[in-house]
Amino acid sequence: MTRFVVRRVLVMIVLLFVISAITFLLFVVALPNGSPAGLIAGRLATPAEVHLINIRYGFDKPLYVQYFNTMKNIFSGQAYSYQSGFNVLNEIRAGMPATLSLALGAGFIWLVTSIAVGTLAAVKAGKYADRVLTVLAMIGVSMPPFFLGAVLIYYVGYKWSIIPIGGYVPWTQNPVQWFVHMLAPWFTLSVLFIGFYSRVLRSTILDTINEDYVRTAHAKGLSDRQVLLRHILRNSLLPIISLFGLDLAQVIGGGAILTESVYNLHGVGQLARDSIGRLDIITLMAIVILTALAVVLIGAIVDIVYALLDPRIRLGS
Amino acid sequence: MATPITASAPGTEFSEGIDAGFESAGLDLPPGIGPWSLAWRRLRRNRVSLFFGGVFLLIVLMCLLAPLYSHDVAHIGPDTQNITGTVTVGGKTEDIVSLIGIPIGPTWEFRHYFLGADELGRDVAVRLLYGGRNSLEIGAVATLLTMILATIVGLLAGYFRGITDGVISRILDVIWAYPAVLLGITLGTVLAVRGIGPLKGTTLMVPAFVIGFVYIPYVARPIRAQVLTMREREFIDAARQQGLSHFQIMWSEILPNLSSTIVVFIPLILANAILLEAGLTYLGAGVQPPNASWGTMISDGISTIPAAFHNVLIPGIMLVLTVLSVNVFGDGLRDALDPRAKVRIGR
Repeated sequence: MTRFVVRRVLVMIVLLFVISAITFLLFVVALPNGSPAGLIAGRLATPAEVHLINIRYGFDKPLYVQYFNTMKNIFSGQAYSYQSGFNVLNEIRAGMPATLSLALGAGFIWLVTSIAVGTLAAVKAGKYADRVLTVLAMIGVSMPPFFLGAVLIYYVGYKWSIIPIGGYVPWTQNPVQWFVHMLAPWFTLSVLFIGFYSRVLRSTILDTINEDYVRTAHAKGLSDRQVLLRHILRNSLLPIISLFGLDLAQVIGGGAILTESVYNLHGVGQLARDSIGRLDIITLMAIVILTALAVVLIGAIVDIVYALLDPRIRLGS
Repeated sequence: MATPITASAPGTEFSEGIDAGFESAGLDLPPGIGPWSLAWRRLRRNRVSLFFGGVFLLIVLMCLLAPLYSHDVAHIGPDTQNITGTVTVGGKTEDIVSLIGIPIGPTWEFRHYFLGADELGRDVAVRLLYGGRNSLEIGAVATLLTMILATIVGLLAGYFRGITDGVISRILDVIWAYPAVLLGITLGTVLAVRGIGPLKGTTLMVPAFVIGFVYIPYVARPIRAQVLTMREREFIDAARQQGLSHFQIMWSEILPNLSSTIVVFIPLILANAILLEAGLTYLGAGVQPPNASWGTMISDGISTIPAAFHNVLIPGIMLVLTVLSVNVFGDGLRDALDPRAKVRIGR
């Protein structure tokens, strides 16, 4: 087990390094003239000014030196946006509460709902309820979150005035309003995943139903519900758990972008979107790197937990 | 050179799924019907999937006929702005774009502004069809790119194993570690600003390439896994004994067995590609003006809620309908090709 963990952690570290390097390279390559000096200096810059800026910011140093400096700045909270001058890490930190509220809340909702829906669909497979749930799941998977958000905002928020039209209220300020403002975003973000996860769980359960140990359990005299809870669900939930960990990481980092933008939550995702519009390279790069890092980290944790739960994994690899 | 020894019984050209599935279902079919015909028969019985497949084809056809509609029916192009004009609807003359900037809603009259106008006075129906062409084109190109590259990569990794597999798998891990949207944003922004060779600026190929690239690991990994299993089987050894080169084996032995997996992935990737294009465009990293797509229409429409919600609703519904059709058809396709999926709870 220790060997597995150690190996997984090593792979993770290498991956983190490679990802940050590639992201850095991509963004540096994207800049005209190979450096943001042109962006900083402005339109009427003389070559002398550009040259001075190059020296001051260190753009004339070799790439790997720039890379180390940038990484150091990002992680120590010293990185400043070229466009707005704000400290990047502070901006990201300001956006975290909204993003985390959205991601964790939606994550909880979609996990619980998917399990319920998937199990229900599997138990009633082939019957009317199953077909209806399948149709709903398919529609959920086919909807872009920002479209669903727009529809909800317009009809439920604007026309019927049931929910507020976007915006984020910090929990520390007003818990009730926080909840009310998060309802629609939670729903919007969950729909996509519920559609996908419930289908996966349904097919996993249907596969597990035919295993021998389930038949044994029935033969032993366990009731249907006991068999379902103790044997079927336990085994069917494994792939869901690992998928969930990865998806949650992806949502925290990037997937929530669309939902945040539509509901104007000013989270990290919306920050990323605004950075694209302004071509704010540093902020964008910082967000991408930190997100990818989070994904890889959580991925490693999920792998380890999965290996803990399923001995076949750690013995077989 | 003798022809390679391949398994002769029909049905074993796939992995053992088909035989096992049929035996457990108690069906007794005469030998000689190939797996594709069997799959087609099963697909034919699935009315819902066929219906949605038809819907998708209808949408594609409508979009292809966009120039026809534009020239002969509406007499207006997708970019023709008409802010100050008026139009006669059911006897009344109305401003296309009212004095405070609210465009007209659907008129339900084919000859003009069938689905209304946007804030610049452009005909929504015409733009919908032209935008659809772009969205579908990007989706198709991206899917093609993903499938071809992922198959090659998965095949090479699974067949040669060893170092090749190690390198390829690590590269796939890196791509896969990026959340799809963020990777799309990074690549989309970089390519739009700087570009690599012909992939630059506002061409539609940029989002197509980005989307296609992002999805490669999702397909390559399962293909690699399947090739790894196939690698161990006797018919590969037999083929090697016959003197076939590596590439001949990959082409004539392994690839046909991958065909069902590949076919099943195509609608899945297509649906996701269309969705991702809309998402990336909404974020500003996808289709750039002056090109139009369903993504740009929804994006523009969102900025003018609540005055003219039909600008959001109409392209959005079209998008959802298209993706839904592809998804349902793909689901039916998967059911038809994989008999194990048909096993029900039975006691």
